Amino acid sequence: MIATVGTIAVFAAADPVPWARSQMAFTLMFHIILVPLGVSWTFMTLIANYRALRHDDRDALLLAQRWSKYMAVTFAVGAVTGTVLSFEFGLLWPRFMDQWGEAFGVPFAFEGLFFFTEAIFISIYIFGWRRLRPWAHFWTGVPIVLAGILGSVSVVAANAWMNAPTGFTTNSAGTVVAVDPVRVIFNDSMPLQAAHMVVAAYLVGGFLIASVYATAMLRGRTDRYHRLGFIIAFSVAAVATPIQMGVGDSLARWVYTNQPVKFAAIELVPTTASDVPETILGRLGEDGTVSGGIPIPGLASWLSDPSTGRATVVQGLDTVPADARPTVDQVNIVHLGWDVMVGLGTLLFLLAVWYGATWLFRRRMPASRWFLGAAAASGVLSVIAMEAGWIVTEVGRQPWIVYELMKVEDAVTANTGVWISFAAIVVLYVAVGVTTILVLRGMSRRFRRAGGFTDHDAPYAPGPPVQAPSEQEKVP
Amino acid sequence: MSTAVAAVLLAAVVAYAVFGGADFGAGFWDLTAGGAERGARPRAVVEHSIGPVWEANHVWLIFIFVVLWTSFSEAYASITLTLFVPLMIAALGIVLRGASFAFRKAVVATWARRVFGAGFALSSVLVPYCMGAIMGGIASGRVPAGGRAGDPVGSWINPTSVVGGVLAVTAAAYLSAVYLVWDARRLDETDMAEYFRRRAVISAVVVAVTVAVGAVVLHADAGYLFDGLTSRALPVVILSIACGVAALLLLGRAAARGARALAVVAVATAVVSWGVAQWPYVLPESLTFTAAASSSGTLTAVLVAVALAVVVVLPGFVLLYVLDQRGLLPEEGVADAADRVADRPVGDGPAGGPDRTRLKESGT
Repeated sequence: MIATVGTIAVFAAADPVPWARSQMAFTLMFHIILVPLGVSWTFMTLIANYRALRHDDRDALLLAQRWSKYMAVTFAVGAVTGTVLSFEFGLLWPRFMDQWGEAFGVPFAFEGLFFFTEAIFISIYIFGWRRLRPWAHFWTGVPIVLAGILGSVSVVAANAWMNAPTGFTTNSAGTVVAVDPVRVIFNDSMPLQAAHMVVAAYLVGGFLIASVYATAMLRGRTDRYHRLGFIIAFSVAAVATPIQMGVGDSLARWVYTNQPVKFAAIELVPTTASDVPETILGRLGEDGTVSGGIPIPGLASWLSDPSTGRATVVQGLDTVPADARPTVDQVNIVHLGWDVMVGLGTLLFLLAVWYGATWLFRRRMPASRWFLGAAAASGVLSVIAMEAGWIVTEVGRQPWIVYELMKVEDAVTANTGVWISFAAIVVLYVAVGVTTILVLRGMSRRFRRAGGFTDHDAPYAPGPPVQAPSEQEKVP
Repeated sequence: MSTAVAAVLLAAVVAYAVFGGADFGAGFWDLTAGGAERGARPRAVVEHSIGPVWEANHVWLIFIFVVLWTSFSEAYASITLTLFVPLMIAALGIVLRGASFAFRKAVVATWARRVFGAGFALSSVLVPYCMGAIMGGIASGRVPAGGRAGDPVGSWINPTSVVGGVLAVTAAAYLSAVYLVWDARRLDETDMAEYFRRRAVISAVVVAVTVAVGAVVLHADAGYLFDGLTSRALPVVILSIACGVAALLLLGRAAARGARALAVVAVATAVVSWGVAQWPYVLPESLTFTAAASSSGTLTAVLVAVALAVVVVLPGFVLLYVLDQRGLLPEEGVADAADRVADRPVGDGPAGGPDRTRLKESGT
């Protein structure tokens, strides 16, 4: 018995596939939390900065300056966790990169360009507050916003290519012999997937930051500074949410047409049928039957193509061999991820409607504690929704790393020590994640105690000995 | 066309060594600066020097990876399969280093600063050692072609890798010390300038000794590279040595500015000489750049991206350095929000008042 367990443990440690998969998933799911902050926070900071300069609004100025200091921390963590991913493509999936690198890699050549721009201008913006002229300083923030959007579009283009591989020719041995870079980048899945991620970045970033200010307001800090912080962030999220529902709906229909097996996993459809119900929760059993959950008759068919309504035929999982579709467990994970994403997205949409309606009819933000309580939860909920969406895309594509062309098990590294690097990365990332939150909280508390900025509260800022204040500054 | 992309790859490695390498070297001086009190001032110069630029410098590494995996996929696969361990250590070290550096400035307690400082400084030594060891493994022909794994241990624990690792750490420290002399002068910290000048001279001597030992090791352990260095790459090697010696002489006479330029050329040409010496191989004696090159569509895309980078990114990069060198990027945010308002004609009130009062005043 013990020997059996021991043997299983050795084999589990030796087979790199589950470990490589876990490590990639863990590092990506960690990094994706920092992405919305990197992409959309600068935009919100620039709104505050613009207001400060245009209307001489000092609350807005303070907000913009403090946000840029927080951003310095989250951007640094995002930059290094993003770098790890570029190591992992090769370290975990060398055969994938060997065979497909020349096609899959192309979008990253442009992503590098945008990331470079982002890193340059975020440094100028964060460090330039004191000595650059106010409007010139404001404009140094604009390239960060554009580069953030285009950078995430480039990365998602690479992921979309894995879902819809196009723009290359192979010879009889399966080796890539010619690449059309434009078709690789602008593959069929790219426009909707990229839009879905960019809007998600604004949605999650907005809710995440707004939730911090909602919490503060619930604790009685209802001054104008906190209200302004909330309104800027929540408004961005509230605009993004309905757009996201539209984009998500189109993307789901794209999946219905182009990745029917993934769609069958999403909708829990074991065999091809029309009048397919939208099953809320529920699970697929090993015998191929769906149990539990709340089926809404015909809705999945109707949503897939409203023009044919409930008569729309949805392809089932059993139309492809078992080794070319997700396993039963994977199907259940995908379906649950889908329910969580859509469910939370709908709740966030209702919250955005509440906010919008109050503005429309009363010309102010909702004052109810129920609203603030929901808004305080919206940050975490939106992150969960985004992670669930990531799971739907990635697990739904299994067992393929390149859709219908290469399986994950054929792409993985031959190194059997991946479980060690996975363990090390989990320990390091958990420490970094917890520390990031503690550091951000510490900064916020110090800001609150000091009222204004102190010399020591920011990353990278010089300490007192080097600061060498000019004569003018020494005079009180 | 593969030659052009190979040149781009080499240029990116040079840029990473000259810009990113110096940031790692600064971590080395941070590590050796002594206790919390004694080391406070050199550490402050280090933070001030690399604070605004390290993230941009760091992108060169990503650029190297991207060029490698798009244009020479087979070589990338072979390298990542064979050198799994040092690459993974480097990746973890990069996370530890960047996060610790960002956190250190955001905390106030001495013990916390010490913990993050140690994380930053130790990983600043660990990462360049791994990079040097990886280069050593590649240059000594220990990475096989064909997307196959070579020796998982011997490929990075071998004489050439040790030389490469030590050389990377010491050259980074040297380059960084030379920069820090200039940065300390810019901050009117003459004693700190002297502090780093002494260290620059010492590290220059250590680099010279490493190079001398390295020559013997390469002769025995990396024949193809050694032959290359003493034939096709010889002019570059001579230029590198000449610049290094001249920089050392100038440093001895405390001429930081000339020394800085010469030190940069010395390190850059040293990297170039490595590239020239192992030409035409990306993996010496098993895979040439031409054989590993992707199809022309991909190479064109990479070159287009590089051309765009020259037009879009390079001016930004230059702007960042010009602003930084002119002291226009002094610190993150502002020390006090009132300073900025006071600069403006509509601003009111003296700088430095407590923030709460200003919040109450502003009721617009």
